[in-house]
Amino acid sequence: MNDIEIADLYQELIVDHSRRPRNYRRLENATHQAEGFNPLCGDKVKVYVDLENDVVRDISFEGEGCAISKASASLMTETIKGKSKAEVEQLFSRFRDLATGTGDGSGLGKLAVFSGLRGFPARVKCATLVWHTLRAALEQTANIVSTE
Amino acid sequence: MSALRVLKSAEFDLLQIRRDFPALHQKVHGKPLVYLDNAATTQKPKAVIDAVSQFYRSDCSNVHRAVHALSERATNAYEAARRTVQQFINARSEREIVFVRGATEAINLVMNSFVRPRMKSGGEILISVLEHHSNIVPWQLLAEQTAARLVVAPINDDGELMLDEFEQCLSSRTVFVSLAHISNALGTVLPVREIVQMAHARNIPVLIDGAQAVAHAGVDVHELDCDFYAFSGHKVFGPTGIGVLYGRENLLDEMPPYQAGGDMIRTVTFEKTTYNDLPYKFEAGTPHIAGAIGLGAALEYLKRVGIDRAGAHERGLLAYGTELLTAIPGLRMIGTAREKIGVFSFVLEGVHPHDVGTILDRDGIAVRTGHHCAQPVMERFGVPATTRASLALYNSKAELDALANGIRRLQKLFAISG
Ligand SMILES: Cc1ncc(COP(=O)(O)O)c(C=O)c1O
Repeated sequence: MNDIEIADLYQELIVDHSRRPRNYRRLENATHQAEGFNPLCGDKVKVYVDLENDVVRDISFEGEGCAISKASASLMTETIKGKSKAEVEQLFSRFRDLATGTGDGSGLGKLAVFSGLRGFPARVKCATLVWHTLRAALEQTANIVSTE
Repeated sequence: MSALRVLKSAEFDLLQIRRDFPALHQKVHGKPLVYLDNAATTQKPKAVIDAVSQFYRSDCSNVHRAVHALSERATNAYEAARRTVQQFINARSEREIVFVRGATEAINLVMNSFVRPRMKSGGEILISVLEHHSNIVPWQLLAEQTAARLVVAPINDDGELMLDEFEQCLSSRTVFVSLAHISNALGTVLPVREIVQMAHARNIPVLIDGAQAVAHAGVDVHELDCDFYAFSGHKVFGPTGIGVLYGRENLLDEMPPYQAGGDMIRTVTFEKTTYNDLPYKFEAGTPHIAGAIGLGAALEYLKRVGIDRAGAHERGLLAYGTELLTAIPGLRMIGTAREKIGVFSFVLEGVHPHDVGTILDRDGIAVRTGHHCAQPVMERFGVPATTRASLALYNSKAELDALANGIRRLQKLFAISG
């Protein structure tokens, strides 16, 4: 294995969240929800949000995908709980910058663990799909978002 | 001494063969490339690269058009490639060899020019669960447009087509049968000879999609007795963008053209156009001349190596790799047919194929992950995707060792918090 880069990507926190994703369930009282799909690899994710006064009171997800997509969804839900829509937007743009190697991950907390993605451009979409899906849910613009 | 030499030349010299393929000798992420994605496309031997390069360096010209020397050389080389294909698959005549873009275009050609005119409402097209999307979607399209029905023959848990069940799918409504020779997702070799006999007993014509077969098994369309046979050059060590449709001459003869343009006509007036002879009737426009020449060189190369010797080598690797991989805890092999070629499609407990692909890539190991353009196969086995390692004649046991080691190490990575 090209150990350094691989270890950078699959950090212990990521592997842990991929194996035991948090907030992995259906949210019965969701006010907003959306589905995301990556036709290239078949990753699927569904995000449920309970939004009150533009603040995420609760959030959960379900889906199927690789370790990166599962861990990203799991860590995202942990981070987003209690945040306002504006804060979600800010976190998303920082997260995207981190994943594509243009940002340093500051202000991202635990999500900074995805810094290893910069060495794997083909895997950026795995991590961002759930974010796009969350934004779609909050906007309720489309029910199914696609990475393509 | 000379007797020894003769013996040697009849052997399968893996080192020499590997030297014939320049792309194999490179490092990827600092590791020697282990290319195990041959079902997607194969690497090219120098003989093919040189033939294509020779055409562009000195013979580049259009074919069938001019009287000048270059055009004559190009035409000769293009038609020589057609003869090579004809002999390689044992077709009766060069008129039965149509150059197309690949297996996909060959299937679409048959769908449009042969099956569509015969299709009636309520008619049926019979395929199998094992098909590549390119042998599913054209028929779905036709079924939608003609109110016909797509019938899908089942497979068993080993990924084998069951002949009894297949026969039950044939009926008086069946208009056409289109089946893979070898499954790209699982490596299963289908009993195509028996299938053709069953269909012909009911006067139903058959297309065999040989995209995965030509590089791994001797193909004899005469003995198979199929009506059409389709394959792609790039999966048999030739260039991309070139492929072959074999069709029985009497059938091709009665079919209308697929595309219209230059080269496929004899005379054109605004009142009436008469079509060219076979196979040109189906080769509208300037063809992929360099591609055809490259494909000819690829088949000549394969003939020199010996398809039987290559097949024996690959069977050895298949047995070795099967033992090696099935010994890995948590690895489930998908596709365990008795008759199969060197395709290892598998899932690992607790590790998604996408992650397997990324991690193996950093080891220099190229495998395919995903649904392999065969989503119904994935569904049949209840998995969203698999990791697939697929062999060609230049692969080695050492490469399979590297694969197995890579898998064991990535399993450790994913076990850290377990
Ligand atoms: C069994 C089978 N049929 C058809 C095709 C389509 O070939 P092409 O994309 O070269 O047209 C493939 C390619 O993956 C294949 O494996």
